[in-house]
Amino acid sequence: MIRIQARTEPSSLMKVLSPVLAIVLTLIFGSILFTAIGKSPSQALHVLLIAPLADSYNIGEMFVKMAPLLLCAVGLSLCYRANMWNIGAEGQLLAGALGGSAMALYFIDSDSVFALPITLLAGMVSGMLWSAIPTFLKLHFNSNLILTTIMFNYIALYLLIWAVHGPLRDPDGYGFPESAMFSDATMLPTLFESSRTHLGIVFAVLAGVVGWFILSKTHLGFQIRVFGADEPAARYAGFSGKKLSWFVMLFAGALAGLAGIGETSGPIGQLVPNVSPGYGYSAIIVAYLGRLHPIGAILAAAFMAVLYMGGDLAQIEMGIPVAVVSMFQGVLLFFLLACDFFINNRLSFTNQATN
Amino acid sequence: MKKQHLVSRLELVKLTKQYPGCLANDNISITLMPGEIHALLGENGAGKSTLVKSIYGVVSPDAGAIIWDGKEVDIKSPSIARDLGIGMVFQHFSLFETLTISENIELCLSKTQLHQIGDLATRITELSEEYGLNVNPTRYVHSLSIGERQRVEIMRCLVQSVKLLILDEPTSVLTPQEVAGLFEVLRTLSEEGCSILFISHKLHEVTEICHKATILRGGKVVDTCVPNEETPASIAKMMVGDLAEQDAGYVKREGQERIFEVDNLSLPSKQPFGTALKNIQFDLKAGEILGIAGVAGNGQDELMAVISGEDERNVKNQLSLNGAPIGHLHAGERRKRGMAYVPEERLGRGAVPDMSLSENTLLTHSDGFIKKGLVDWQSIKDYTASIIKKYKIKCHGEFSEAKSLSGGNLQKFIMGREIGQNPSVLICAHPTWGVDVGAALAIHQALLELRDQGAAILLISEDIDELFLLADRMAAVCDGYLSPVVKTDSTNIDQIGQWMAGTFIDTINQSTQGAGA
Repeated sequence: MIRIQARTEPSSLMKVLSPVLAIVLTLIFGSILFTAIGKSPSQALHVLLIAPLADSYNIGEMFVKMAPLLLCAVGLSLCYRANMWNIGAEGQLLAGALGGSAMALYFIDSDSVFALPITLLAGMVSGMLWSAIPTFLKLHFNSNLILTTIMFNYIALYLLIWAVHGPLRDPDGYGFPESAMFSDATMLPTLFESSRTHLGIVFAVLAGVVGWFILSKTHLGFQIRVFGADEPAARYAGFSGKKLSWFVMLFAGALAGLAGIGETSGPIGQLVPNVSPGYGYSAIIVAYLGRLHPIGAILAAAFMAVLYMGGDLAQIEMGIPVAVVSMFQGVLLFFLLACDFFINNRLSFTNQATN
Repeated sequence: MKKQHLVSRLELVKLTKQYPGCLANDNISITLMPGEIHALLGENGAGKSTLVKSIYGVVSPDAGAIIWDGKEVDIKSPSIARDLGIGMVFQHFSLFETLTISENIELCLSKTQLHQIGDLATRITELSEEYGLNVNPTRYVHSLSIGERQRVEIMRCLVQSVKLLILDEPTSVLTPQEVAGLFEVLRTLSEEGCSILFISHKLHEVTEICHKATILRGGKVVDTCVPNEETPASIAKMMVGDLAEQDAGYVKREGQERIFEVDNLSLPSKQPFGTALKNIQFDLKAGEILGIAGVAGNGQDELMAVISGEDERNVKNQLSLNGAPIGHLHAGERRKRGMAYVPEERLGRGAVPDMSLSENTLLTHSDGFIKKGLVDWQSIKDYTASIIKKYKIKCHGEFSEAKSLSGGNLQKFIMGREIGQNPSVLICAHPTWGVDVGAALAIHQALLELRDQGAAILLISEDIDELFLLADRMAAVCDGYLSPVVKTDSTNIDQIGQWMAGTFIDTINQSTQGAGA
């Protein structure tokens, strides 16, 4: 007989082991899947996980994908720590891309040194605005943050699509739904030659460190942690839930917005309809994989970026559909939540059959 | 009949239960005869609960035997215990508020039992008359007082014709008059041959009603006695040594300067089954303790939430501190002005379970520990260590998680943290509930020390003895009304007990109506 028993204390070993276990289980699941569609599992896993790190170009591309994932995940980690269930990083990212790109197009003939900072700032402010609306609705009308942030993802997406078809469309672009290419003054500088790795990855790692600093060193971060761990205690202590909610949501919005403008002012160089392959959604998985810890998010974002890269390579080299990546992510989250169950519970094996 | 009385109803033989890191029951042997009322005494953590849970089949002992009516039995689950005729009334009742009494009782009966009983409502009425329980089967549970709910729990056991009734601190939630009623019921049951195992730490009750008493300390039986041959003081000595004698005879004080005032506060309840506050009026004076007695659920929690600001509704002109209105201020702002609170729930409100004691110090005490928004963790650690030392808190250190502390030690920590902020007003709810005698003594002395330093203290408690011990002035709450406030020296347990039952409410209503007309 196998029975599920509640642990008297959460297992600290499982807290650390759970993400590792989830990754292993996901890989096993992947192997079975690849066998089923007639591909060699060892080759597929090699392409998915090892090849992205095989040469410097691929590593550079990995950093390109890691930057937006990490920026979004750091913000989400803080939100989730404060029990603010913000699912809207994708929308905030798109809003940041849209607002920032509008500013970049304003500077299209400029070579001012302020053009780039102002463009980035515009992206962050747009992201903050996009997270501010659902936050306002939650705090004043008690609307469900999960639902409103998801809905705002779609509003942002269609607003962006409208913009590239309309006001921001390149007049010389033969009617393609794209903006004009940005001027160099509003482009994020690349870090290495012959690589698309840009300043965004530095911002992202910095954001991780700042997030960690806020949570562990500041009084504000302490209040966030108390608010998430034990809301009655936070109210008893007199912490302002509103203030904290606003802070984490605007912080997350700013980082997601920066991720968005980092894409258009970085590897893409213009505003296009498909700015993000769902970075804002994947960041939710990254945040959980990183145990809602900003430093953990750095590792988790690197892993997720490898998976994104590997998905592209698998499509090119082995003809494996790119949907496999989304499925891998979903399965990973599934296993992660399943493994987390064993932080507070355990299996006990008994010989006797009980009734 | 005679022969039957020779066989013990229940015999525990060397019962042992080991929990990780704690031997909860160590070779405990107890014998109960039919009709015997047997007290189980001991401090918190002495092993009383584990023992009765073993009898009721909730916990399975590691070693030892349970002998029931002369036969060894293996009580694997509460349903087996019930089938044998063992009934238990827990400290926290398990009744559905939206169902009637009859429906609640029906829920725990098997089909065969229901068939045997026939019409349940009739049976309840019969038993109710027989034992003077005054339980009406058609009433809804949410409309019942705590005392009435307890009688429903007892009724639930009676319907299943119990031979052994276990009561876990049954009187802690009752008014003195309700306690007298309960004892009548217990005596009747005992005369009919039902054995009763009575857990309590109110010693005068034990000497009043129990035939025998077993005293546990640290999981072991340390003594047995015949309570009516002992005094409460001598039994207390068996339980804890000499500590109890120290915790008595404190000097009463009279405060002069009025610091805090609640003026004609009326507020509807936020929860469906909460209590609305009605015309609450009192003041707190510097250097004085005001005690508020009352059975749980009569508005104490609501009052505390309004005073602390956790209830965020604006009552600007109803609360004032040092003459200035504070009822519109945020909870944090009120703290900054010198208010401090010790809430009823220690874990989950007074302290964050998963955080260290240092972090829990910072929870309410941030003065001097924050520099430019950054936390000075080293100072907090040092300060927390000093609280631990001053109040002799048993823990591994300031890094221990709050949830790893026992209730009494956590309470000492919270008291120390709140007192350490030198509050001008301390609101304190049930400070020694579930706390052992040694910790209670420390907490009492800390409160009195704070009072003598000139703080105004509001002490909300269900423990009348404690209020008489500590409070300089007293009042009682019932159904959201506050009784008149009187000097402790000029009142007595009878009067406060009647106020707890609400006898003052009519006069209050008449006088307010009179004033209105």
